[in-house]
Amino acid sequence: MAKKRYAYFQGCSLEGTAVEYDKSMRVVFDALGVDYVEPEDWSCCGSTPAHTVDHVFAAALAARNLSIIENMGLDVVTTNCPSCLMAFKKAQYSMENDGTFKEKVNELLDEKYNCGVYAKSSLQVLYEDVGLEAIKNRVTHIIHDMKAAPYYGCIMNRPPKIAQFDDPENPTSMDRIISALGIEVCDFAFKLECCGAAFGVPKRKMVNELSKKVIAMAVDAGANCIIVACPLCQQNLDLRQEQINQTTGSNFNIPVIYFTQLMGLAFGYTPKELGLDKLIVSADHFARSRITKQEYLEREKAKEQEKKAKKEVKKQETGEEENP
Amino acid sequence: MRVGVFICHCGNNIAGTVDVKAVAEEIRKIPGVAHATTYMYTCSEPGQDEIKEAIKKYNLNRIVVAACSPRMHELTFRRTIEKAGLNKYYFEMANIREHISWVGENKEANTKKAIDVITMAVAKVMQDKPLFSSSFKINKRVLVIGGGVAGMQAALDCGDGGLEVVLVEKSPSVGGMMSRLDKTFPTIDCSICILGPKMVDVAQHEKIKLYAYSEIEDIKGYVGNYQIKIRKKATYVDWTKCTGCGACMEKCPSRNAYDYFNFGVAPTRAINIPFPQAIPKKAKIDPNYCRQFTKGKCGVCAKICPTKAINYEMQDEIVTEDVGAIIVASGYSLLDIERLPEYGGGRFPDVISGIQYERLLNASGPTAGHILRPSDNTEPKTVVFVACAGSRDKSIGVPYCSNFCCMYIAKQAILTKDHIPDSQSYVFYMDIRSPGKGYDEFTRRAQEDYGVKYIRGRVSRIYPKGKKMVVRGADTLLGTQVEVEADLVVLGTAVLSNPDAARLAEKLHISYDTFGFYVESHPKLRPVETNTSGVFLAGACQGPKDIPASVGQGSAAASKVLALFSKDMLESDPAVAKVNINKCVGCLKCVRTCPFQAIKENQLRDGRIVADVIETVCAGCGVCTSTCPCGAIQLQHFTDNQILAEVNALCQG
Repeated sequence: MAKKRYAYFQGCSLEGTAVEYDKSMRVVFDALGVDYVEPEDWSCCGSTPAHTVDHVFAAALAARNLSIIENMGLDVVTTNCPSCLMAFKKAQYSMENDGTFKEKVNELLDEKYNCGVYAKSSLQVLYEDVGLEAIKNRVTHIIHDMKAAPYYGCIMNRPPKIAQFDDPENPTSMDRIISALGIEVCDFAFKLECCGAAFGVPKRKMVNELSKKVIAMAVDAGANCIIVACPLCQQNLDLRQEQINQTTGSNFNIPVIYFTQLMGLAFGYTPKELGLDKLIVSADHFARSRITKQEYLEREKAKEQEKKAKKEVKKQETGEEENP
Repeated sequence: MRVGVFICHCGNNIAGTVDVKAVAEEIRKIPGVAHATTYMYTCSEPGQDEIKEAIKKYNLNRIVVAACSPRMHELTFRRTIEKAGLNKYYFEMANIREHISWVGENKEANTKKAIDVITMAVAKVMQDKPLFSSSFKINKRVLVIGGGVAGMQAALDCGDGGLEVVLVEKSPSVGGMMSRLDKTFPTIDCSICILGPKMVDVAQHEKIKLYAYSEIEDIKGYVGNYQIKIRKKATYVDWTKCTGCGACMEKCPSRNAYDYFNFGVAPTRAINIPFPQAIPKKAKIDPNYCRQFTKGKCGVCAKICPTKAINYEMQDEIVTEDVGAIIVASGYSLLDIERLPEYGGGRFPDVISGIQYERLLNASGPTAGHILRPSDNTEPKTVVFVACAGSRDKSIGVPYCSNFCCMYIAKQAILTKDHIPDSQSYVFYMDIRSPGKGYDEFTRRAQEDYGVKYIRGRVSRIYPKGKKMVVRGADTLLGTQVEVEADLVVLGTAVLSNPDAARLAEKLHISYDTFGFYVESHPKLRPVETNTSGVFLAGACQGPKDIPASVGQGSAAASKVLALFSKDMLESDPAVAKVNINKCVGCLKCVRTCPFQAIKENQLRDGRIVADVIETVCAGCGVCTSTCPCGAIQLQHFTDNQILAEVNALCQG
């Protein structure tokens, strides 16, 4: 069977503030042999500004891209950005289920869209199509001193009717990927909490307060790194972390990295290749402290043997007492 | 043939959108109609008198009433004409209200349709034959399904009325949900103290035969003569020998069995007596946890039992009981908190359901009546109650109100303060629904005397923060978001029907609604009857209900049975299937299709095989009529000729 080919939709933020998400995603896709191709002449997905004003127009913006992908003969588009993902999914859902809506949207398009392209987040592609086993097998380095708080953001799996991926209240896909990399995952209650989203410009204080809650919860849970899958979450938690400290009187210094960057580190890539240098709160120490898988296994083995030996001694002591 | 037609105005219900005078005018023209008139309320006493007088005056021998649905008043009018000396089956009802005036606005079209419908009824009534009921003996024993408070009340009332009662309870003890409760609202009296004596009465009543840990396997028959198959589930303990000493429970090494009685608040032993006041107080083995069953060896209880009552080889047993009436009091179930993921139900140990909290409050519960939160066995100082956890929520599939949660939450909040005086309770609610006697005063007392803080708004999310559970919700009166850091969260979970409610309903031939609650015959006027005669309802199987309402219904159902059994003979409905043995070819297709097993094979004296209908069992559904290839089996009062007469009247008109 021929390998599945995905259309990879980059989206605007991955060209700008989240360029490291794009960079690291390509590295990870290549490392895991995911076949992807970029649609030419892609345009705005129809996210935030458009869909708050006009649903038909927003759907048309999304459908223009989907129609390009349809004409490339592909049926799945994958995108990193949850906003792009939702824009595509919502357009697809509304057009599939409402004939008049579909007509209205198609009136605005040069090339009619026939609803043949399904959007999947890159997280879903890695989790479902590539699979945990393949990810596990590709790991070369273990970041043994990381305690990760996986932060999914609000729209990666919600609303469930449209997202159709993972648990809408307690998602675990990213948790499992991080675990597959051999990294400890914290029990983090705010996986879906609002980070403040795009209100950072008009209501900066409010966004700072909301983001603070997320970071504080991660720190309380014992995490020393927040793993994200959304460019906007990353921006609010990382770029604005110093702002949060100033507004709320906190003193956070916790790296906020993309799950793809984390995968890249575990696959042995250099910080530069993964765009780690783009982070405001540095995560370089994790790159330095990672050890090779072999070394890690040897350490684990030694620990195991030590434990066994202790058990053996204990057994002998108690055993003698029980059987006189 | 002299047909009389009486057209009802039903106030404005019919006359508002049907020109009844014009209808009467038109109907009078039909050959055979000797008299046609209209009346304001035909069902009223003067209305009925007018029919009787007309029968005499015009010498009428067939009657048609054009009014409401026959379900409403067919019996009324049949009695009327019977009193006037006519056979009661010389009567037809034309439904011009539910089928015409209530559903159409066009008066002209309605009038025309009313004429058509009455013309059909006239054609049918001319074909009607006189039918006569036969009478049959009834078995004056009653089956009560479910040994909760409603079922026990019904059983005791029937028993006290001199009837023999068969009480079937699916769990190992009678008592139902009420036996799990700590106190009852609004009097805060101890639940088991008022229920316990009733349970003992049930056990000791000479007229009541109790089958605990048993289920209804099969029901055959009809009002007056039911044959019930009861499955006595294997307990692996010989209950004739078991003394309820509890030695086996103490020694059982399997300590992690799920405790159904305590809703899993704490584990129990694989062999257990569900609670100290259990009736019957007998032990039972849960084979899912018993080591003898899971691992094939153990036998501790068999060794320890002083009366040698343990029998690992025990099998389910089927017993048969004959009864004449059935009271269904099968109760309800509760929404699993795992279906509320936004509240962390099932994920966080300190988010529990109301019934689980009830067990924590109860002196004979797993914590001996000390409120200890499940995660770390400490006393909670802040308790948050969430009302409508699943109820009134379309997304959960429960659009209805669960009836008693508002009240038991107020009760639990009061008890929390009693148990832990320095505690603070919060209640998130949508509306406080407390319309019973002394109920509203009770919820006020919780707020005013016990300082329970009521917050009007929904909870959006519950999440852990250190050792606390943070409950985030809206305060719609203040118009703000609130967060309460709680030690324990109690969800007032939605009331659901029993998971096997539909299966039982099918065995009983009674109907149930979308949510699995059994449907009463009339929501106001026949609240404990079903549409299957001889089957009555009591308690929460009909809809969420608190204790007083359940007990009331239990007694009501019992009185219905006593009234039914006050006669020695019952009259059968003659509108049943009848076989013309001259036409029957003995293919017996009808025997196989009859859903009531009312048709049997019969050998005539000349050796010919024909079908034979057992008149008392036949429900008059007519399935056999459409199955018969040669038209030999006919449903009386709905024969092919009678139906065709109606069709002809409609097509010719």
